[in-house]
Amino acid sequence: MITLSPLRWGKPYESLDFTNVVHFDTGEPIAKIGNVGGGIVGRDMRQAHKAREALLQLSTSDLIEKCKHAATLFESSDLKVGDSMQSVDQFVHQQSASTGLPEHMCRSNMMKNSFVLSHMDQILDCLTRGLDLSIFSRGYGEEGRGVIVSYQAQTPVLGAVLPNNSPGVHTLWLPAIPLQIGLALKPGSQEPWTPYRMVSAFIEAGVPAEAFGLYPGGHDSGGAIMTKTPRSMIFGSAQTVASHAGNPRVQAHGPGFSKILIGDDVVDDWENYLDIMVESVLSNSGRSCINCSGIWASRHTKEIAAAIAKRIGPVNVTPPSDPEAQLAAFTVKAMATGTYAMVQQDLAESGVTDMTAEFGEKLIERDHCAYLRPMVVHADSPDRGVAAKEYMFPFVSVVECPQSEMIRRIGPTLVGTVLTADQSLIDAAGSCVEIDRINIGPIPTNRLNWLQPHEGNLIDFLFRSRAYQTADLTVKPAVE
Amino acid sequence: MTNDLANKAAQAKDRLNEHTLKTVHWHFSDETGSPFWLGKKAELNFDPLKDVKSFDDLKKFPLFEDDWLRGGPVRRWVPKGHAGKPTYVFETGGTTGVPKSRVVIEDHWKDYELFSDTLPDKHFPKGSNWLMLGPSGPRRLRLAVEHLAQYRDGICFCIDLDPRWVVKLIKKGWMEHLEEYKKHCIDQAITVLTAGHDVKCMFTTPKLLESLNEGLEERGTSLQEIGITGIFSGGTEFTPQWTRFCVEEMLGGPASEGGVFMTPTYGNTLMGLACSKPITAADGYKIAYYAPQPRAVTEVVTFDDYNTPVGYGETGRVKLYTLTDEFFVPGFMERDEGEREEPFDMYPWDGVSGVRPFHELAGATTVGVY
Repeated sequence: MITLSPLRWGKPYESLDFTNVVHFDTGEPIAKIGNVGGGIVGRDMRQAHKAREALLQLSTSDLIEKCKHAATLFESSDLKVGDSMQSVDQFVHQQSASTGLPEHMCRSNMMKNSFVLSHMDQILDCLTRGLDLSIFSRGYGEEGRGVIVSYQAQTPVLGAVLPNNSPGVHTLWLPAIPLQIGLALKPGSQEPWTPYRMVSAFIEAGVPAEAFGLYPGGHDSGGAIMTKTPRSMIFGSAQTVASHAGNPRVQAHGPGFSKILIGDDVVDDWENYLDIMVESVLSNSGRSCINCSGIWASRHTKEIAAAIAKRIGPVNVTPPSDPEAQLAAFTVKAMATGTYAMVQQDLAESGVTDMTAEFGEKLIERDHCAYLRPMVVHADSPDRGVAAKEYMFPFVSVVECPQSEMIRRIGPTLVGTVLTADQSLIDAAGSCVEIDRINIGPIPTNRLNWLQPHEGNLIDFLFRSRAYQTADLTVKPAVE
Repeated sequence: MTNDLANKAAQAKDRLNEHTLKTVHWHFSDETGSPFWLGKKAELNFDPLKDVKSFDDLKKFPLFEDDWLRGGPVRRWVPKGHAGKPTYVFETGGTTGVPKSRVVIEDHWKDYELFSDTLPDKHFPKGSNWLMLGPSGPRRLRLAVEHLAQYRDGICFCIDLDPRWVVKLIKKGWMEHLEEYKKHCIDQAITVLTAGHDVKCMFTTPKLLESLNEGLEERGTSLQEIGITGIFSGGTEFTPQWTRFCVEEMLGGPASEGGVFMTPTYGNTLMGLACSKPITAADGYKIAYYAPQPRAVTEVVTFDDYNTPVGYGETGRVKLYTLTDEFFVPGFMERDEGEREEPFDMYPWDGVSGVRPFHELAGATTVGVY
């Protein structure tokens, strides 16, 4: 059994307090994680400046090259993870076993993380809008217009309280390293695999080990990361997001409520877009914030819902090693039963129809875990409660709504795919502040272009743009 | 177990049996018993005065229900034998609903006088002043620690902390407020510690000790530098990992190297204070508690039969008994579990280690709030 120890600025720490990571289906232990409390995190954060100092010893271009090397190591090499050497296959198997994600989805998330690392120069180019990266190291520089610009780092390290549900989100913190900002991470208790393997790949690629802190533990260690680092990100529920709203020190990532909006000009041809709707709902077992949870159109909504239901309603539970597996397990059974109870409440409202009812039982309970099979519901109006819901399994509401009301009523939308050639709808969606990423045309919500700035631009979060004026100083020659 | 230890353990058991008999007779005699227990006597299917001859006979009683302590009249708990004496009431819980109340006359003093005997004078010098940084209000802790300081010829400075408000802040997710409240308490503590009061000893909880240490370091000083030599800590769950962090990183090593002695304790309003077997790195910072027998007893019992102790080293639920002339608890199931520990020279009776929230209740328990 693999043991994952905390890492304190590159140095492994042998904790006396362990949490077992168990196989979601059999309950067999697969790893033990050594925990630390908030006291250790707080103590280490007092030395956080050393993480940035170590990274500043290398140029950003060096670090970008090391990221590319780390990408190769991460996706294809045996790496020291915890007290063991870990192959790619072992990583995939372990991640699947503890998160319930089918193995092919673990591989796909692995590639997503690797893509971001291997394209780090382009990612940073898009995040910074083409700025010379040495400006971030030095704090100021010539932008090219004869004007000095200045970007001041707001923190020596980025803290992150990482999630368990989808390993793809780790892409968000990776650019910190080439920006010469250290990392203080609290790995998810069921998905410690990506942060541990990624940090190992970084170190193996030559990034200074002093740049990394890994602090497994309970709420105490996560809370300490949030309070002791000047900039941190957290992944959680809508309640988590709400509790950090307006806090400039925290970037909170929660449910995405991603949606597809179908304009009146194309809705009669909705069948042309069925594939992108199905992919948007079903990919990654519906776990991601970029999965589509709402499809809005003014007509044909019942037919659209029925057609999606016909495609995803029959999807059933298969073993995680099945290359065609579409469903991830809920490793905590109560989360599945609780979610299903909430769905039942949604369905009790008048005007809401379960379009997948004919495809059999939805809640599949096993000894140690449970599954929820895909569901499509129809809502005859945006007034129905289900129109604003998102669940952590393939679940979509197809909402009937006049085009004239859509933009006003969709609510927070991480990814909005707008299917229309109607310029007035395109303009309205483009200026809608509720939509973060916007796709105009048939692009599934889950297909992110990583060469576009992504949610919560890391540059804006970690650096402050400010004035920096210089003038030559007359200096007397030194007395000989 | 050596012969010598076995003899000591047997003597301790004899004392416990004798003390049990005396306590039961006090609480169930018409002249000295409390209205509560005299009333309960009628519901029992045995006669405590005749049928309890040893500690093991306490298993004839039904389990003590904590709901009996919620709500009044609180005077029904005062033994007639103590009628007319000044009486305290101390509370536990109370974040939601009615807290549990326990009447006390002098037990809190006696507990802490016994505990005082376990403190090494080198690190808790007689005559030195104390700081009490922890929950007060309706809890017994403040008065008990203050008595401990006075008993050791010192004067106790106190900082208040309201754990009920802390729990509310956590439940509401008001973490910024929580941080500010903690800072507010720590600021007061540092003011006292740096005001020339010659404070050498203190009581605090693990979390507040962390915060205090951090606050001092931010000001460029440390617990050692401001003169603290002895810390008695308790109030929330201790883990070996936390203790290791405390000793190695906050206190600069064991007392022989860092100069500060820290002793973990385990206690509550019902039982009193259990002491820890001295902690060492060699023993993996294992924390084993020993109740102040015969005034109180802890057992580690099986999860499916609360009258059967588990084997040594095995895991079970913590059951406690309080056997003083002020309060009688013939078996109360704690909200904790742990491992049964062997007697040893200093405490020749069973102990409990690895104390943590009982797994079946853990999800519903807010631990470590102060």
